[in-house]
Amino acid sequence: MKANDKKTNGVVTGITSNLVVVKVDGPVSQNEICFINLDKSNLMAEVIKITGDKVFVQVFESTRGLKPGAKVEFQGHMLEVTLGPGIVSRNYDGLQNDLDKMEATFLVRGEYTFPLDKDKEWEFEPLAKGGDKVVAGTWLGSVMENQINHKIMVPFKMTEQYTVKSIVAKGKYKIEDQIAEVEDEKGKTYSISMIQKWPVKQAIMAYKEKPRPFRVMETGIRAIDSLNPITEGGTGFIPGPFGCGKTVLQHALAKQAEADLIIITACGERANEVVEIFTEFPELIDPRTGRKLYERTTIVCNTSNMPVAAREASVYTGMTLAEYYRAQGLKVLLLADSTSRWAQALREMSNRLEELPGQDAFPMDLSATIANFYARAGFVYLNNGKVGSITFIGTVSPAGGNLKEPVTESTAKVARCFYALNQDRADSKRYPAIDPIDSYSKYLEYPEAQKYLAENVGEDWVDKILEAKNLLLRGKEAKEQINILGDDGVPIDYHIRFWHSELVDFVILQQDAFDDIDSSSSMERQKTMMDKVLNVCHQEFEFESFEEVNPFFKKVINSFKQMNYSEFNSEKFNNFEKELETILAERRMA
Amino acid sequence: METQAFQKIYTKITAVTKATCTLQASGVGNEEMAFVDGRKAQVVKIQGTEVTLQVFTGTEGIPTNAEVVFTGKPPTLKVGEELAGRFFDAYGSPMDGGPEIEGDEREIGGPSVNPVRRMQPSDFIATGIAGIDLNNSLVTGQKIPFFADPDQPYNQVMATVALRAEADKIILGGMGLTNDDYLYFKNVFDNAGALDRIISFVNTTENPPVERLLVPDMALTAAEYFAYEKKEKVLVLLTDMTLYSDALSIVSNRMDQIPSKDSMPGSLYSDLAKIYEKAAQFPEGGSITIIAVTTLSGGDITHAVPDNTGYITEGQLFLRKDSDIGKVIVDPFRSLSRLKQLVVGKQTREDHPQVMNAAIRLYADAANAKTKLENGFDLSDYDERAMKFAKSYSEALLAIDVNINTTQMLETAWTLFAKYFTKTEVAIRQALVDTYWPENEN
Repeated sequence: MKANDKKTNGVVTGITSNLVVVKVDGPVSQNEICFINLDKSNLMAEVIKITGDKVFVQVFESTRGLKPGAKVEFQGHMLEVTLGPGIVSRNYDGLQNDLDKMEATFLVRGEYTFPLDKDKEWEFEPLAKGGDKVVAGTWLGSVMENQINHKIMVPFKMTEQYTVKSIVAKGKYKIEDQIAEVEDEKGKTYSISMIQKWPVKQAIMAYKEKPRPFRVMETGIRAIDSLNPITEGGTGFIPGPFGCGKTVLQHALAKQAEADLIIITACGERANEVVEIFTEFPELIDPRTGRKLYERTTIVCNTSNMPVAAREASVYTGMTLAEYYRAQGLKVLLLADSTSRWAQALREMSNRLEELPGQDAFPMDLSATIANFYARAGFVYLNNGKVGSITFIGTVSPAGGNLKEPVTESTAKVARCFYALNQDRADSKRYPAIDPIDSYSKYLEYPEAQKYLAENVGEDWVDKILEAKNLLLRGKEAKEQINILGDDGVPIDYHIRFWHSELVDFVILQQDAFDDIDSSSSMERQKTMMDKVLNVCHQEFEFESFEEVNPFFKKVINSFKQMNYSEFNSEKFNNFEKELETILAERRMA
Repeated sequence: METQAFQKIYTKITAVTKATCTLQASGVGNEEMAFVDGRKAQVVKIQGTEVTLQVFTGTEGIPTNAEVVFTGKPPTLKVGEELAGRFFDAYGSPMDGGPEIEGDEREIGGPSVNPVRRMQPSDFIATGIAGIDLNNSLVTGQKIPFFADPDQPYNQVMATVALRAEADKIILGGMGLTNDDYLYFKNVFDNAGALDRIISFVNTTENPPVERLLVPDMALTAAEYFAYEKKEKVLVLLTDMTLYSDALSIVSNRMDQIPSKDSMPGSLYSDLAKIYEKAAQFPEGGSITIIAVTTLSGGDITHAVPDNTGYITEGQLFLRKDSDIGKVIVDPFRSLSRLKQLVVGKQTREDHPQVMNAAIRLYADAANAKTKLENGFDLSDYDERAMKFAKSYSEALLAIDVNINTTQMLETAWTLFAKYFTKTEVAIRQALVDTYWPENEN
């Protein structure tokens, strides 16, 4: 950032939609924030291009009524978020304004609200002591934020090495109270409170090492855990045409994933879907902790009708909040719905800047921008040896459901898990509509992830996953042959092969997101079901003709499905299993 | 247009294109309205003292010394109870010969609702059309378009829905309506004696296309007045949003913007979302529900307009001509109302979700049987029965001329189930079958 204490000022000279040209009287930085005075309010804007004393800024609000000559004041910093205890359970807009603090039904232009609670007292417990050597990100103390052990850290902006001069005793403090004093090597002292600021477009690097992610994260969704597992600190994306259940899948992830904190970025999507989260999450119970889901959820919401520049900021805001909690040694799951809307916001601005367009009029650097953003996720070893992670899953909304478009293609290059939603599966109500053939998880190929699965799930778990995937593929091939040659034109074996894949599909892949029991499946349960399904596929059964294959497997599937709907290992579950055994025994070859 | 004393008149236009003109002016605000040679225009770009105006009616015949007067304000609409029963043009001026509205002046295209202040939509809207009520139930605060080919009777269906829905106010935003369609709406509302709760903002094909851009904002500003301030249930009909999008692409093209997919502007998604997201359920009780029409070319839903719309709206309704019964039906396969699960079986009878799904599944079986027949395969007894069921189902429930309440729809469905199928074939939860299966039928 420029070294200049005096604030730079400017006047508006040109306006095209939310792109405003400002003539400035001093130094400005790229991405610096400024406020444009309009009547009694100030509109927040960000510098996106500088040519001489002409500065192009994108305004985060509507510019209606703005006139040339309006005064502009530059702030000397980039778009920042305020980090401190009290972020969890809040509903923010894309610029981290606390939406609940806004009284009016309609959003008021130029109204900005403080994201935290300045009056709340937190029970602070010191972790560091006088004389300790500290750097940015060192844990000085902690407070309890809902069930989250929230660490108070040396601000990330402090880049030197410091010595703790003093730290307050255990007790109640407000976020702006000084909790510690540190001294740099030159003897200059700094006061530290519980809050700090950080520019959203820069990654927080307060960690020692970022290895390849290897710990598999349980999501309770079988199509993910049992076929294409994602890791803590992994990245994934979900593309799909509208009406394929993208949102339902994201909500299921938010409800069940084994994470300490969930950050949902609703980026340019429907307001009623966000309202659904607002309405449901305070009621829903987290099955792992028995507490309300919203106690571990933060929502950054910039719905499709909110200003487009703030939409671009919203994904960065979400990511920065996630990085802040990762530095505290937490497992964070960040969901963004949808990254295509973010890319479209980039396109709108690039268009107004009259930049030469790339494919589909997206900016040329779209691919790099997406790659850069995904790279901020990951699993890290902190400086104190503890671990933290950000698992990032973004949805993509490809135009016309066509995956050959720039956003999907750029995302595919960087995201390691691909959960393709398939229109045909959605139409035939096979939910979640994750295509079993096209989807993949690159983590299955990581030796360190394989080792983790072998140690934590089962010795041959990866082999079983691969076998199930192979059954699905072979089933699909058999189905194609049957369709070409007719039911009686192929050996019975083809029918059996097809029904093996249906068995995997119905029992493992398909899952009822609206059923209390089936909606979430524990790893132990998934392992058991996988074993049972593969076991059936390994057995030989006697069939006189192809017509007997279909009813037999339908019965088998029905028993399995009833098991899925029953409490694991309950009497009901066991009874259905016995029923299944009877069905199998009837046709089993000696 | 009367010029007021303090207003400065400019007479030196420096550049004219098909849709815009540029001049030197000072003290002008962005999106401000102006008059160029008596024609309405809006500020779209300011560079120093150079102001570019978009002239809604086009620039044909505008001389470089034309009088330009700025009004000092963005487009506005005067709102009040007197709006009811009136017809307005795209600028909100009466076109029915009646007096000007004396009311509060509101800027159109105002700010959006704070998401945390919205309520979850929860009130069922009955239309009497079973293809909608039974299979794709609508909810107040929802936004849903008809995806229709230009030759389909979507305006008729929309007029029917508007009249039957128990809304306090119905607001019609007509964009590029043919004069015949405009008169059709006028007559239907008139004959139904419902004119006093209907407000229309109409741009017909006789008007310049760029004017259309104001219509949705006008209609929705009026809607917000009634829904938010008067706490009324408001239904907004927007036809046709494809023609609206065409106007967007005309303007962006004339402003030398780089087009994205299907020569639509890159901001199409945001432009459409701004309109559709005005649909809301307010905590104080009022609501805005939007039913729109997006015409397709040759049924192509991957075109930028229907595609972007599909990502914004909460479902879509398809019309289709069923050759078996010779009537237009609401297509049960491709239509979807995303909010239906908020009301089906909750505000309607408990068996609604299961009956709805079972009927569609059996209808799908009939479609498969039909394909089998066409391919020259023999039909089983079940196939024959499924096809008979499909025809009756189409006739009695899917056709758009049906007008019964949801309980009657459910009873009709059960009767059809019992007539053509066994209980196991219908496969509905036993408890419901025990209660609702009509015992006197075979």
